[in-house]
Amino acid sequence: MTFANAVLQGVLLGGLYGLFAAGLSLIFGVMRLVNIAHGDLIVLSAFLAFSVVDALGIHPLTSLLLVIPTMAVIGYVLQRVVLNRTLGRDILPPLLVTFGLSIVIQNALLEVYSADSRKLDAGALETASITLADGLSVGVLPLLMFGAAVAVVVGLQLVFYRTAMGRAFRAVSDDREIAEVMGLDPAKVYAAAMALSLAVVAIAGTFLAMRTYFDPASGPIRLIYGFEAVIIGGLGNLWGTLVGGIILGVAQTVGAQINPGWQLLAGHLVFLLVLAIRPQGLMPKMED
Amino acid sequence: MAELLEICALDAHYGDFQALFGVDLTLVGGETVAVIGANGAGKSTLMKSIMGLVKNRADAIRLRGAPVGDRPAYRLAVDGVSLVPEGRRLFRSLSVAENLVIGGRLKRPGHWSLATVYGLFPVLKERCHAPAEALSGGQRQMVAIGRALMANPDILMIDEASLGLAPTVVKDIYRAFPAIRAEGTAILLVEQDIAQAMGVADRVVCLQEGRVALEGAPGELGREAITAAYFGAAP
Repeated sequence: MTFANAVLQGVLLGGLYGLFAAGLSLIFGVMRLVNIAHGDLIVLSAFLAFSVVDALGIHPLTSLLLVIPTMAVIGYVLQRVVLNRTLGRDILPPLLVTFGLSIVIQNALLEVYSADSRKLDAGALETASITLADGLSVGVLPLLMFGAAVAVVVGLQLVFYRTAMGRAFRAVSDDREIAEVMGLDPAKVYAAAMALSLAVVAIAGTFLAMRTYFDPASGPIRLIYGFEAVIIGGLGNLWGTLVGGIILGVAQTVGAQINPGWQLLAGHLVFLLVLAIRPQGLMPKMED
Repeated sequence: MAELLEICALDAHYGDFQALFGVDLTLVGGETVAVIGANGAGKSTLMKSIMGLVKNRADAIRLRGAPVGDRPAYRLAVDGVSLVPEGRRLFRSLSVAENLVIGGRLKRPGHWSLATVYGLFPVLKERCHAPAEALSGGQRQMVAIGRALMANPDILMIDEASLGLAPTVVKDIYRAFPAIRAEGTAILLVEQDIAQAMGVADRVVCLQEGRVALEGAPGELGREAITAAYFGAAP
């Protein structure tokens, strides 16, 4: 039963990793941009949620009503003002610029919030749990996170395949030049994609802040989890990204079950194993 | 009739390589002009220049009398210029219908809609949910033409209408031209199949090594003159 419990907790943890990775996957899928600052943007939104909760005294989940649109606007402006200028044939400029952005965000957060670790108090939600069987129970908060991850993936799929904006994302991803000939301004399409990505980042950051302690330097490890989930799942495939997150989560909790020191190691080993055996990921979408 | 498109002394470069040298060309509303020439003559570059995909001198191209300048392709699409690119270049992750809808997203007023494009190429309606990837070459060309028409352009540029297609399919494609012309759309057609081009064009322009080597109405141009302009005059 303890093993089954570890797997179950791992699946739920995978939801959070899926949330970390979904925005990363979306951006890579639309504009082939590897956003090194993704983890720091997650932490930025965690701090944003912290400030909103602190100032208004509302529940962290309610703070999403403010954090999501704020992060979306930050994403739109960031893409229009900075990142669009780095996109081209060479993949190095966006890597360098987002790496620089990562350092800027970390230091700005350090300046404003200090190096103290913080956590959002989710109240009764943190301790609430549902008992499934003797020795097997799930926390309501992890369950909520997993549900949010599934809802985000379903939502993004609907946007991609049922809306004009999604058609524009796919068209620009397929052939940017011809999309432009069809009257699409790639700069605006990319900005909309980044806005959507950071809206997802806002959800990920707020859940992260409810689940664990975070500080201005917490971003890079979230980026690594996100990357690993994306690579395990297969580039550009949102369901694959969630599956990748789940595999990573299960590897970590099962690893920790075997030996508490193996939690992170087990996750990284499974990632390396997938990379070695199936470098295109389990459910690849990209053809180039 | 007022000139819709006026190109004056157009040069085009790819880095240090010059592809067009002082090309002059005009297009009036409703007219069909065929641009012929051997491979590497600069036909596609001419179309890309008009579409804003290859940058050129600010006043070299005028649309309805106004210099195009460095207007990007998406602005030119709004202004009524559309392109059927060489090799079709359909959006491979979009279905046939989605490819067409993307073409019509600007909602410029005009005859062409999903229904009228399906009327022009009925096979596309049957395959509307199929991925664009899954179609035959001829059907892909129909989607590419339909996608461009959906924008209700004033100028439709078709780069290599018949390249790589079976003769019967080429006939099907060309059968659509009268309907397109009937809506007053000016057509600029790049074509290697000279006979087909002469059949539909009001005027023929022959490019040779980036320069206009010959221009005139199909009836006025002799076979020898075209051959000489196409392949270069015999020494």
